[in-house]
Amino acid sequence: MLRLERRPNPSRFWLYATPPVAVVLTMIAGGLLFAAMGKDPVAVIRTIFWEPLFGDFAFYLRGQLLVKAGPLILIAIGLAMGFRAGIWNIGAEGQYIMGAICGAAVGLAVYPTESRLIFPVMVLAGALGGWAWAMIPAILRTRFNTNEILVSLMLVYVAETILAKAATGFLRNPDGMGFPGSRNFSSYPAAANAELFAGSGLHWGGVTAVFVALAAHVLLRHHVLGYQIRLAGQAPRAARFHGVDPTRLVIFCMGLSGALAGLAGLFEVAGPAGQISIDFNSGYGFTAIIVAFLGRLNPLGIVLAGLLMALTYVGGEMASTNMGLPAAAIQVFQGMLLFFLLGVDVLTNYRIRPVKGAR
Amino acid sequence: MTGGDLLRVEGVGKTYPGVRANEDVSLTIAPGEIHALLGENGAGKSTLVKIIYGLVRPDEGRMLLNGQPYAPAAPREARARGVAMVFQHFSLFEALSVAENVALGMEDAPPMRELAARIRVVSEEYGLPLDPSRRVGDLSAGERQRVEIVRCLLQNPRLLIMDEPTSVLTPQEVKILFATLRKLAAEGTSILYISHKLEEIRALCDRATVLRRGRVVAECDPRECSAAQLAEMMVGQALSPTRRTVKAERGRIVLGVSDLSVPSPFAFGTALKDIRFTVARGEILGVAGVAGNGQDELLMALSGEIVTEPDRVRIDSRPAGDLGPDKRRAMGLVAAPEDRYGHAAAPDMTLTENAFLTGMVRRGLVSRGFVRWRAAREFARQIIADYDVRTPGPDVAARALSGGNLQKFLIGRELEQAPDVIVINQPTWGVDAAAAAAIRQAILNRAAEGAGVVVISQDLDELLEISDRFAVLNEGRLTRPRTTEGLTMEEIGLMMGGAHGMEVAHHAQA
Repeated sequence: MLRLERRPNPSRFWLYATPPVAVVLTMIAGGLLFAAMGKDPVAVIRTIFWEPLFGDFAFYLRGQLLVKAGPLILIAIGLAMGFRAGIWNIGAEGQYIMGAICGAAVGLAVYPTESRLIFPVMVLAGALGGWAWAMIPAILRTRFNTNEILVSLMLVYVAETILAKAATGFLRNPDGMGFPGSRNFSSYPAAANAELFAGSGLHWGGVTAVFVALAAHVLLRHHVLGYQIRLAGQAPRAARFHGVDPTRLVIFCMGLSGALAGLAGLFEVAGPAGQISIDFNSGYGFTAIIVAFLGRLNPLGIVLAGLLMALTYVGGEMASTNMGLPAAAIQVFQGMLLFFLLGVDVLTNYRIRPVKGAR
Repeated sequence: MTGGDLLRVEGVGKTYPGVRANEDVSLTIAPGEIHALLGENGAGKSTLVKIIYGLVRPDEGRMLLNGQPYAPAAPREARARGVAMVFQHFSLFEALSVAENVALGMEDAPPMRELAARIRVVSEEYGLPLDPSRRVGDLSAGERQRVEIVRCLLQNPRLLIMDEPTSVLTPQEVKILFATLRKLAAEGTSILYISHKLEEIRALCDRATVLRRGRVVAECDPRECSAAQLAEMMVGQALSPTRRTVKAERGRIVLGVSDLSVPSPFAFGTALKDIRFTVARGEILGVAGVAGNGQDELLMALSGEIVTEPDRVRIDSRPAGDLGPDKRRAMGLVAAPEDRYGHAAAPDMTLTENAFLTGMVRRGLVSRGFVRWRAAREFARQIIADYDVRTPGPDVAARALSGGNLQKFLIGRELEQAPDVIVINQPTWGVDAAAAAAIRQAILNRAAEGAGVVVISQDLDELLEISDRFAVLNEGRLTRPRTTEGLTMEEIGLMMGGAHGMEVAHHAQA
C-alpha cells in the first residue's frame, strides 16, 4: 500500500519537474484516447506538438502561436497575482470582452481621423474597461462580502450580452449593409494593432505580455507588494498581522487582472480579430486560468505555459482538420493537461511512501 | 499472569520519519489507579496515548487489556474495549448543542431526549453540571471540557485517558476536576493522566511513569518525590531558575489602554469590554485567564489588527488606536501572537521571509518599496544564532521547525527589534522546559533594558515568576492589575471568576 507523506520542505525538484512530467503523461493518456478513437496516436501527437513548430506550414503556424499565446499570457499573469493572494477572479473573459468593447469604441468614435495618439488612447481605454468590469466583483466583495468567484463569473455572461448588443447595435459598421460586426480595424491604420514584423505574428500584445511577465516577476520576488500578495494567499491571518489591508489587496489584485484582461481584449480586437463581432472572443479568459496554473502561478512559468497552450490550440486545430478528430477530443486533451498537472503537483509537497501491511 | 493489571504495555516502539517517538516503552496500570504520564513536549507522551487509543499503530511491542491481547486499529475499537480519551484540543462543534455533540461521539446514540436526561444525571453525579440543550459555542473552556468528559463517562470506560486537562481550567475548576477523577478512581475506573505540571501530579496521582526522548526513564510514586526531583527526571538536568539581573526602575508610561471595547472578529470569539491598564518602562504586566476569554482579541487590539478610536490605545502617550500593525511597530510596539503556524508566521514561507514579516519596519528591510532580502536573511540568521534556534538555516520553511524552535525564532524576531512595548500571547505554550526558561529570561532582559511588556498566558506559574503586576482576563473584561508579590492562588482563582458555577454540585455532595 502507498501513503502520502507531507514533506518538511517543498521539493525544488518536483516544483520544476511537474510541468514536463504532466506533459508526458498527457501525451500518453491522450495517445490512448486517440488510439481508442481509431487514430494513429503517434501521428496525432506529432501533429499537435511537432507540426506547428517544424512542419510544412511552420512559417505560418509559428506566428499563430504568438497570436494565441500573447493574450493567454497577459491574462494569466494578472489572474496569477490574484490567485497567489487567494483572490479568485474567474471572470477574466468578461473583462477581456469589456476591454475590447471600450477600446474599440474609442477608436471607432474618432473614425476616420488619423493621429498617432489614437492607438495609445485605445489601449488605455481597453485597460480601463477591463479594470472597471473587475471592480464590480471587487467592490461587492469588500463592501458586502460577496463571493468574487460567482460574481465575476456571472458578469462574463452579462459582458457577452453587451458584446452581442455592440456587434449588432451601437458599434455596428454603418457601411456594413446591416451585417453584424463593427468596422474592421485592418482598414483603419491609426487604430490597428498591426503585426510589428510582417508574418511574425508578433503584435503589441505580445510585446506587452513579455514586459508584464518581467515586471510581475520582479514584483513578486523583490517588491513588498509581491511579498504581501504571497503572504495573503498562504496565511491570511499572518498577512493581517504583517500589516496588509485585505480590502486594498482585493481592489489591487482584481483591478490588475481586470486591466490586463482588458488590454488583451483590445489588442485582440484591434489586431488578429480585426473587429467587434458577436463571437470574436475565443474563450481566452477561461483558458488563461489553466495557463496560470500550468505556469505554477509564476510569471516566467506562465510565459512557457502560454506558449505550450497555444501549441495545443494550433496543433489541435491542425489535427482536427487534417485527421478528422472532433474538437471535443482536443478539448479533452487540453483538460488532461491540467488534470495531470494538478495530480503530479501533489509531489511538490508530499512524497509517496510504501506502507508495510494494510491497516 | 498479568497480576490483575488493567492495561499492560510491553516494549512498544514507534518511529516517525527522522524521529524515534517511542522506544521500548513499558508500563502497567492497575484498576482504579490514577497513573501519571510525565514528560516534556516531544517526549513521546502523545504518541504513546495515541497508540493506546488506537489512533496510531505501534511498530513493535504489544499491549494487554485485562489480560487479553489488545491492538486497537481505530478509536472505535478502543472505545468498545472500554478505553476513552479526553483530548487537549476539544473536538466539539460550536454550532451544535451539548447533547448533539455528545451524540456525535457515540456509536449508537439513544434518542435525544433520553440522552439529554442521561447527560444531566451523569454530569450531576460527578459534579460537572451541564445543560444538554446549550450551544457549545457559548460555553467556557472549562464547560467544554466537561462535555468531553461526560461524553466519555456515558460509555462507562474502564480506562480514561486525560491529555493535559488542566491547561484550560481555573484553580477552582482544577480542584473540582480532581474530585471527579478521585471519585471515578474510587469506583474502579483507571485514569491515565498526562501532564507536565508537577504539583498537579503530586497532588493527584498514585504512580508516575516519566518519559524522556521516547523512552521510560523512571517510574515512581509522585507523592514521595519532590517537584524538583520530578523535574530533573523529566528534563534530565537540573534547571536554573530565571533571574532578573537588574530591577529596572519604573519610568514613564509606554502603553496606555483606556475604555477599550471591541467586538470579536471571530464567530464564537469574545468581545473586549472596557479594558483599561497601563504599562510603564521596565514593567511586566501578566494577564492570566482561561483560553477563550478574549486573549486573541486583546493581542489583536494591541498589535493593530483590530483598530478602534485613536485614544483607546496610546503608545508612549501618542494615540495609536486607529493605526495598523506596521504603523504601531514604527512607534515601538511589537507583538507575538499565540498561533505560530498561520498567525505569527506563515508556515510555508522560509525563516527569512518570516523574519521580514514583522521585521520590515524597525529593521529597515525595505528600500523604495523593494525588499532587501539580503538584510532580511542576515536578520533571520542573527535570530537563529542568538536564540539557539535548531535549524539548518534561514532558507528552511517555518513549518519544518518544531513548535519550540519556531517559538524561539518568533520571540527573538520581536525582541530583536529594540521595542519599547512588547505584547506576547502564550510565550511558552508547547515549548520544552529549557526553551521556555530561555524565552522567559529573554523577556526579562528586555524589560530590564527598559521595555514595557504585556505577557498574556494561561500558565499561572509563569506569570507569577516573571510579572510585576498581575491581572486576569475573564469573559473579555480585565481585572484591575495588582502587584504580583504576595498574591495567593486562592485570590488568583477568585479573580479568574471562580469555578463558573461548578462549586454548587460538589458542595451539595459534601
